[in-house]
Parts: sequence; structure tokens; C-alpha cells
Amino acid sequence: MTTQIVTANRLHDGLVVFRVGESWTQSLSEAQTYTPEEAAALVARIEAEEKTQVVGVYAVEIDDAKVPTKGRERIRALGPTVRPDISKQVEA
Amino acid sequence: MYRYDEFDAAIVRTRVEEFRDQVERRVSGELTEEQFRPLRLMNGVYLQLHAYMLRVAVPYGELSSTQMRKLAHIARTYDKGYGHFTTRQNIQFNWPTLVDIPKILDELAEVEMHAIQTSGNCIRNVTSDPYAGVAGDEVDDPRPWAEILRQWSTFHPEFTYLPRKFKIAISGGAEDRAAVRFHDIGLRVVRGEGGDIGFRVWVGGGMGRTPRVGREVRSFVPAADLMSYLEAILRVYNLYGRRDNKYKARIKILVDELGLARFIDEVEAEWQKSRASATPLPEEEIARIRAYFAPPPLASLQDNPAELAAARKADPAFDLWIKTNVFSHKVPGYAAVTVSLKPIGGIPGDVTADQMDMIADLADRFSQGQLRATKEQNLVLPYVRQDQLAALWRALDMQNLATANRGLVSDMIACPGLDYCALANARSIPIAQEISNRFADLRRQHDIGSLSLNISGCINACGHHHVGNIGILGVDKRGEEAYQLVLGGDAGEGDAAIGQITGPGFSAEGIVDATEKAVAVYLANRRDADESFIETYRRIGMAPFKEALYDAR
Repeated sequence: MTTQIVTANRLHDGLVVFRVGESWTQSLSEAQTYTPEEAAALVARIEAEEKTQVVGVYAVEIDDAKVPTKGRERIRALGPTVRPDISKQVEA
Repeated sequence: MYRYDEFDAAIVRTRVEEFRDQVERRVSGELTEEQFRPLRLMNGVYLQLHAYMLRVAVPYGELSSTQMRKLAHIARTYDKGYGHFTTRQNIQFNWPTLVDIPKILDELAEVEMHAIQTSGNCIRNVTSDPYAGVAGDEVDDPRPWAEILRQWSTFHPEFTYLPRKFKIAISGGAEDRAAVRFHDIGLRVVRGEGGDIGFRVWVGGGMGRTPRVGREVRSFVPAADLMSYLEAILRVYNLYGRRDNKYKARIKILVDELGLARFIDEVEAEWQKSRASATPLPEEEIARIRAYFAPPPLASLQDNPAELAAARKADPAFDLWIKTNVFSHKVPGYAAVTVSLKPIGGIPGDVTADQMDMIADLADRFSQGQLRATKEQNLVLPYVRQDQLAALWRALDMQNLATANRGLVSDMIACPGLDYCALANARSIPIAQEISNRFADLRRQHDIGSLSLNISGCINACGHHHVGNIGILGVDKRGEEAYQLVLGGDAGEGDAAIGQITGPGFSAEGIVDATEKAVAVYLANRRDADESFIETYRRIGMAPFKEALYDAR
């Protein structure tokens, strides 16, 4: 059974955000986890209801350490690997 | 330097206001993302992996110190303190907020800049030779022609919704420094039989997933007919180019599918039809635009002044820099200087706001306030007195901008890759950094000599891997970043070639070793130090490289 988080880019500034409760956080560690079914339903609801808050909503699979399993999603969640000064890579 | 007339200023301001309104309507919910996306793309605004990205047009790479200071200000005020110069002579900001972008565009308009047509299926920013107006091998300065193309293509109503993006490059020298055969249209300024200026024209070059070397469609188009002839090409493309499949929509595919002879016939037929009613480029208009690019007032000097010779002798590091980063100028006593944005271990093309300010100051002090961006992601100071080269070098060195590596292995082209780009499959920048560190010794690089090494993080080939003497392509191999090695590419018109893949790909660590092995094969096989990597490759072929790369595995 895979665990997922729900992510998007915030409309007004484009930054990567993660779903927590009825809100969004920029911190991966604060992201809420869901089953794939819960995540799919949540993505559909957000797409319908939050068009002026976020764009590009989707679910991402995470591992036990709550880090995305795919490299692309890790980089997206944590920032450019080549700029530790401005990214959140240290969190990983 | 180009100058905005009242029309240019008005259309740019109008476009900023229009986009401000569009952003407001998007944020309020009046526009959906589906409606807004094409509008933001028309203004150079992408949504990348981490944030919005704004691509600002630098017309044919020409920048003033005032504009550079404005870019520094934007980087500092609206971004994270840096910008990224691209292979299309533009600059990208990686972190602007959407709601700030209208303000950024306002600021750009103050210095005659914008982001119009830096994205979307339209004619993009025309690119050219960074040594335009400087190089001694020039038939004619390509910049007035590039400017004419810019004015013609900006908001051209017929060519705003092409099947796909459209890139034009123009070169004016005997040596092609604008990769004209890897553009949708490539132009070289040539002289006709009577000595008149005209253009040799190639169509359907490009990189991406279907790399093609541009095919010659006309050996001479008279200068006065430039617009009508290009209009004929674009009309044929607009009519027959595919719109059903994004991957088959570029003009190179149309040329493939029609066949070159039929494509030429179609263009000629369209041209003969439209040429009669077209207005030839008026002589006085050409002269007016040419005057914008008149050289600045320069002193009467001699080449190789005593100060320069003494400084070279006194400091080997300076001497090394002179060998690679200084390009000879057609005006005696002057030089064009490459400001390397490839420090050892650095991020190719990235420049901080403080460095931008510093470069602007140096352009004022040493280069008549003028700058150029290059497709190799460096900057050029085009009007430096040779007797001031040592002072300039010292000032650049203080900012880590004086790496003596132009055209050498560490002067890599690299796309932003998976560190920034939503399309990428693999990271490019860390590979570039590793290779740069591996070859950190500049004396070793100088010994290896001329070598282009280009890295793309996906098949879209923004890092020009197809035309690197050594090319590296990042791919996704079952969820892992992997890298293919490509050899033998060449961007220049005369020897234009698409590189060939060596064989199975490599891991991130493995590709750095593989690159070093390829260089070692060259060193072991070159006739002498004057035979470059690409010359040796052409002479000995792929086999010795494959043997070294794979046989021992």
C-alpha cells in the first residue's frame, strides 16, 4: 500500500506547496499523507474548488521517511540540488 | 545598439498593461488556468518545477550597461539574486512571483526590454554573432538585419499562431558563430556577383528529438527582398506545417515530408506571387537602422601595445586568459573580451546580481557601455582597448569572472536540467560541475585545446548536446538519471554535424569518467597539438572511442 501526499504550485507566486488539512504548506515535513484513493478524491475536489489558489494539483508517492520516491519529485519538493543556499535540500 | 521609436515604446507599454489586466483576471478567477496559460506564455512566463520562470529577450544578444543594471535590480528585487543566460542569448529569472511580473515588465520597458515572443508558437528572438560589428571576417554587420527581422516579426499578425515555435539566426562573418544551420531559418550575409549584399538561406535546421542540419533553399536573396522571401517561407510553413502532432510540427519535419525540392518549389511559387505586391526594404530605412549600429567613437591605436606584452610576460595567468578569452578586433588596438560565466565548478550561465552590476560598471569603464550575450552562455565586452586588458582582467578576476576557458572543455553549454526544468529527465548542472572540477587545471584544458562540450537534461536539447564535439544527454532509465554520450557534433555552418551516440548510457558518475576517456583517446591520437578534438574525431572515427569506453567494461 503506497502512501501519497498532494502537491501543487501556488497560483500567485508559483511556489511548490503541499496539502495539510484544508490548507497548504511549503514544508514537505508538514505535508499530510493519504491513501491513493483519498489523494485522488482530494485532487479532484481541489481542482474543482481552489482554482484561484493553486495550479497543477497532483498526488505524489512517498517513502517511509516521507520523501517522494521519484527523483524528479524529490527535487521539486526540496529545491535545486545545486543551490543548497536557496533550497530545502538540507531537510532531506 | 537598437533604439525604440515611439511605436516600439507604445506597443511594449500597451502589452505590459494588457498582461497586468490578464494577471489580475487570473488571480480573481475571471480567467481559468487553461485560458491564462497561452497568454502568460506569450509574455515569456513559464511555470517550471519550483516556481514561475520569466524569460527576457535580449535582441540578438545585445545589451547596454544600463540594461544590465536593470537586470541586476530585477534579480535582487524580484528574484533570489541571480539570473541565467541561455543558449538563445536571453536571460531567465527562476523565481519571480506571478503578481510581480507586470511590475518586472514595467521595469524592463524603462530600459527598452521585454519578454514578448520569448515563448509560444511565434517567431522568437532572433539570434546572431556575439562578435557582430567587431569581427574582421565580416561581410556585413548582421545586427541591422537582425533588427529589421525583429521589427518585422514582432506582433506580425500572420505569424502569431504558427504550428510551432520558430527560430531565426543570422551570421555575418566568414566563420559562422550563430549556428545558422540549427535554426528554422538560418541566414548568412553574403555578397552577390555584382557585390551587392544579400543572404544565403537555410531552412529546417534544429535540435530537439529530431535533429536536422538546415538545408539550403537559396544561395542568394537580395537584401531588399529579405522580408518577402522569409514571408514566403513562413506562409508555406503556416499552410502545410502539421498542427495535429506537436512533435512533428516544426518546419524541419515539413521539409522532410515534402522533400527539399518540393518545399523549395512551394516557397518559390509563393514568393513569385507575393513579391510583386511586397514593398522592398527601403534603402533609407536600412540606412536609418544601420546608423543605430555605427561603432562608438574609438581612439586611433596600434595593435599589441607595449603594456600588453609586458603584462602577459609578467603574469602567466593573464597570458592564459588572453589566449582564450580575447577575440581580435577589426579596429586596431581594440579587443573583444569574453567574460566567462563558467567558473570552475560553477553553474554555466548563472550570474549574480552583484556580478551583473560589476559587469555593467566594467562595460562602462572599458567597453563603451556595451555588452553581448553569447549562445555559449557567456558575456562579451566588445570594445576593450588592448592597453586596458590587464586592468579589466584584474577587475573580472576579483568577481570570479576571468576563467581562461572560452572554447575549452570547461566552457560547457548546459541547460537548467532537472534542477529547474519541468520537462527535464535528468540533471545537467551537477554533471557540468563535476566535469568542470575534473578538468579544473586550466593548463591541462589549454593543452586539450578547442573542444565544445554540451549537456542537455532531456531530448528537447536546450543544452545543444547534438552539436557538442562531446554531447551529453540526460535520460530517465527506469526512474534513475542516466546519461548518453554523443561525439562529433559541430554547430558551425561549414562543418555542421549532428553527433553520434557512442553506445549504452552511463550513470551520473560514469559519464564524467566517460568524458575523460573520450578526451584521453583524442590526446593519444591527435597528430599534434594543433589538431583539435573534432578534427581528430573526423579523421579516426568513432571506433577508437567506443573501444576505450566499452571494451574494458
